[in-house]
Amino acid sequence: MQTYVGAPQLPSDDKRWKIVEATARRHGREPHALIETLHTVQECFGYLDENALRFVASVLRVPLSRVYGAATFYHFFTLKPKGRHACVVCTGTACYIKGAPLLLKAIEQRYSIKPGETTPDGELSLLTARCLGSCGLAPAAVMDSAVLGKIAPQDILARIERGIHP
Amino acid sequence: MTIEELRKIAETERAAQKKFQHHVCVCIAAGCLSGGAEHVRDALNKEVAESGMRNEVLVKGVGCMGLCSAGPLVTVETAVETAVNTDVQMFASVTPEDAPEIIRSLDTGGATGGDLAAAGLHPCPTNVPFFERQKKIVLENSGKIDPERIEDYIAHDGYVALVTAITEMTPLEVIDRVKSSGLRGRGGAGYPTGLKWSTVAKTGEQQKYVICNADEGDPGAFMDRAVLESDPHRVLEGMAIAAYAVGAQQGFIYVRAEYPLAVKHLKTAIKQAERMGLLGNSISGTRFSFHIDIRLGAGAFVCGEETALIASIEGKRGTPRPRPPFPAESGLWECPTLINNVETFANVAPIVRHGAEWFARIGTEKSKGTKVFALAGRVQNTGLIEVPMGITLREIIYDIGGGVPDGKQYKAVQTGGPSGGCIPAEHLDSPVDYESLARIGSIMGSGGMIVMDETSCMVDVAKYFMEFCMSESCGKCIPCRAGTQQLHGILEKITAGEATPADVALLEELCELVRHTSLCGLGQSAPNPVVTTLKYFREEYDAHVTGDGCPAGTCGCGAGTRACRAETRLGAPGSQTSGEVTL
Amino acid sequence: MSAHSPIRVKTLTIDGRECGAREDQTILEVARENNIFIPTLCNLPGLSNAGACRLCIVEVKGVNKLLPACVTHVSEGMEVTVNSERLAKFRRGILELVFAERNHVCSVCVTNGHCDLQSMALTLGMTHVHFPYRYPRLPVDASHERFVVDHNRCILCSRCVRVCDEIEGAHTWDIMSRGVECRVITDLAQPWGQSESCTGCGKCVQVCPTGALSEKGKSVAEMSKRRQFLPYLTLMREGRR
Ligand SMILES: Cc1cc2nc3c(=O)[nH]c(=O)nc-3n(C[C@H](O)[C@H](O)[C@H](O)COP(=O)(O)O)c2cc1C
Ligand code: SF4
Ligand code: SF4
Ligand code: SF4
Ligand code: FES
Ligand code: FES
Ligand code: FES
Repeated sequence: MQTYVGAPQLPSDDKRWKIVEATARRHGREPHALIETLHTVQECFGYLDENALRFVASVLRVPLSRVYGAATFYHFFTLKPKGRHACVVCTGTACYIKGAPLLLKAIEQRYSIKPGETTPDGELSLLTARCLGSCGLAPAAVMDSAVLGKIAPQDILARIERGIHP
Repeated sequence: MTIEELRKIAETERAAQKKFQHHVCVCIAAGCLSGGAEHVRDALNKEVAESGMRNEVLVKGVGCMGLCSAGPLVTVETAVETAVNTDVQMFASVTPEDAPEIIRSLDTGGATGGDLAAAGLHPCPTNVPFFERQKKIVLENSGKIDPERIEDYIAHDGYVALVTAITEMTPLEVIDRVKSSGLRGRGGAGYPTGLKWSTVAKTGEQQKYVICNADEGDPGAFMDRAVLESDPHRVLEGMAIAAYAVGAQQGFIYVRAEYPLAVKHLKTAIKQAERMGLLGNSISGTRFSFHIDIRLGAGAFVCGEETALIASIEGKRGTPRPRPPFPAESGLWECPTLINNVETFANVAPIVRHGAEWFARIGTEKSKGTKVFALAGRVQNTGLIEVPMGITLREIIYDIGGGVPDGKQYKAVQTGGPSGGCIPAEHLDSPVDYESLARIGSIMGSGGMIVMDETSCMVDVAKYFMEFCMSESCGKCIPCRAGTQQLHGILEKITAGEATPADVALLEELCELVRHTSLCGLGQSAPNPVVTTLKYFREEYDAHVTGDGCPAGTCGCGAGTRACRAETRLGAPGSQTSGEVTL
Repeated sequence: MSAHSPIRVKTLTIDGRECGAREDQTILEVARENNIFIPTLCNLPGLSNAGACRLCIVEVKGVNKLLPACVTHVSEGMEVTVNSERLAKFRRGILELVFAERNHVCSVCVTNGHCDLQSMALTLGMTHVHFPYRYPRLPVDASHERFVVDHNRCILCSRCVRVCDEIEGAHTWDIMSRGVECRVITDLAQPWGQSESCTGCGKCVQVCPTGALSEKGKSVAEMSKRRQFLPYLTLMREGRR
């Protein structure tokens, strides 16, 4: 059982925990650093697992339920690992009226996943975003880190295939 | 840093830039970046090096030039010693392969548009309404300066306002100038900025905070992002002047984590300003000290609401709390806190520099200055524009925007995002100012402006925004949490062609309830898109419930509705959902 | 405001009745002192206020928004309306939304007859729900040796969260997710019985206005909640300060 007193133990000797701890330290290990610290965890590990949430709670002296409440409130944080590749479809207003639903439909049909889900083989995560700032190029999407503008359903499928099987 | 020292840096920088005969600026802001602008810049640099023109040509990456739909954009400026005005040539849709031709065109000097087009380039005239009808204050440097170099900002009169304010003006004088300029908040509600400042200033000597709201949650807008990416120092300067005026020592910029480039530019800018003594302790040798830290948002629209934003900075769930007390009296850690929008802060330095009268001459009686809009949707020219207040919607959409493309019929323009409304053709001659837009049922909002044509179904649009509000509701208060869900349910029923007139009546009643009883602005304004579409496009609702089907052909055909439903995070009633859908 | 200034007295009217009040009081507190009923669900004297249920909304002359009485402080000459046709309709609407949101079947509920939500519906004359019931399938967690949490009955008033944090000091409860997906959770959303921080004091169960939190092994007749500890504990703590 986790103890709340004394210096918090790093969950393992994985170097990334030191980075997480450094963020907490930079903010004086104060409870208000919760979101900044969760950002660092997500940046380092890609998602927040139970170990991480417990560690953050103990370093910042924040109740466990508050950590969990915050981690699930903000949609930027994810509690499950993402797929090896991620396709983000913009569902902002401009993209919506220029056909974003059709992009989603095409991807959902081909890969049988809904926004927020990952294919069973862990290859692809389908995500949505609200406005990528490229409204001039609506509908827009991001495959891994490449921004795709004015993209049609069949093109996005081709682009995803190329991403997964280069 | 004194005014003289600042002038010297500006002079040195200008002289250094003048050494180059040609200035080639590549837009590397979000829009053009997605078109591959970075490769264009690299190709141009390579070309310059290879043609041995390193001492004549300066290639720099700059912020948004506005006409994002034609990107990647490149401008070429050639200093002609005799002419007063330098000659600017803009190129659209530039690819890395165009680099040699662009560099070659520099030598030929007076090449005409025809010559350039013949060379395979896409010259883009800048003497067209899209550029000429705009009036730039906030975006004056955007697309011109290198956002990662403080010297470039200083060369464009940067930080003169801050140093003047703290060395030559009292805080009260600064507040008076902002007050008499007539500047109002650009984050949506339009509260007079000077008045807000003086409320915070009057709280006496104690710990106070200045917060810049860069959460930009409207799902079809990117004004603040463009300002932060293209000219970050302008925002820092505005914040520092505000801090001096209200007596704050610490500032925070709450910026969306989804804007990594803006965050990067801000971080660089803060470091540079600190190194030059324009932020930090004893600025300009005065007793005024001011530090700025960045806090990342984490994907919650409601955190744009000021009390929720404060909760988020405090490390909590971003749920709003009832006001009063307003943050100006009790905000971050219960200290007096000034919260302004990015664009509001971006207006401050020019006002201090040019005076209140200069600013007050622009705009209408009650809405002064300019407003930046992200123009998008079914319009020819999409991108980022800055217009004087009082311009009509028609001028924006038809003159600047170039009208609706593909011979389609204009239907509505949506302003204010999920808190705003849809404006029909009959109100196209309405001026763009806070009061006029409110009178016709919409709001100024933060600057999203989406044009829709006959292919958009207004009920579907209302449903889209309701789905947004429902999934962004923080869940604290009953009317918004449960009310937006019910509103969305009714709208789904209507678009699926399963509703009756009684459902439309229930929809109207529920809008009233949610609007008047919700805790914060999100719930209070969530019904707006429904209310305005009911007001102006009632016949579309009727057509859906009387069995005539969707006039726009979007709903009921299956494609639209099913895809939207899948997009809904909630799933069907009764379904279990996972809590962690993320970006 | 300086700490030394004497507490000033204000006069205001509530539904036309003149009332005297200290300036640090809320409209709700003054109304209660004067035996004027304002409907509430999330407020509980002794806990901080959330302003979340919105049942206590009142009209104040000269203010174009409705204000929650539980957090709005009095001011001189304020004219407050608690009972009007419009407010009654809004309050019933809010209750209807709550009833439709989750599964409230009073006849089979452990707190039938002792439930604040149920009695509020009776008091406000909410006899019919105009909205479709959403019927979410929500779990019941009976893993705690003495208590049960039934999410089907929870109205997210956050009283349990506040009492556990502010009075017991354990902060076992919080709320996860957002919007309609919100749920009350213990620790890292694990079963209550496995909670490391819960002291088993039962305060949350006593303050819960509905059948969401209940004690095991009690008949419906014994289900009435005991809240007398709350004003007592608050008073004692203030005394110690
Ligand atoms: C739901 C909601 C979302 C908001 N989002 C933003 C936002 O993204 N950016 C912003 O500047 N203001 C936003 N606001 C307005 C802010 O609460 C606040 O009024 C504003 O930042 C004040 O700055 P200003 O006076 O300079 O406009 C939002 C308000 C609400 C109710
Ligand atoms: S109106 Fe909506 S977002 Fe605002 S407090 Fe209520 S539930 Fe939260
Ligand atoms: S029993 Fe006591 S400690 Fe446990 S959750 Fe309830 S209030 Fe908190
Ligand atoms: S469990 Fe009870 S006290 Fe806690 S939020 Fe739900 S209804 Fe309120
Ligand atoms: S709406 Fe999709 S990029 Fe802006
Ligand atoms: S992003 Fe390049 S012009 Fe707007
Ligand atoms: S009692 Fe005031 S909002 Fe619930």
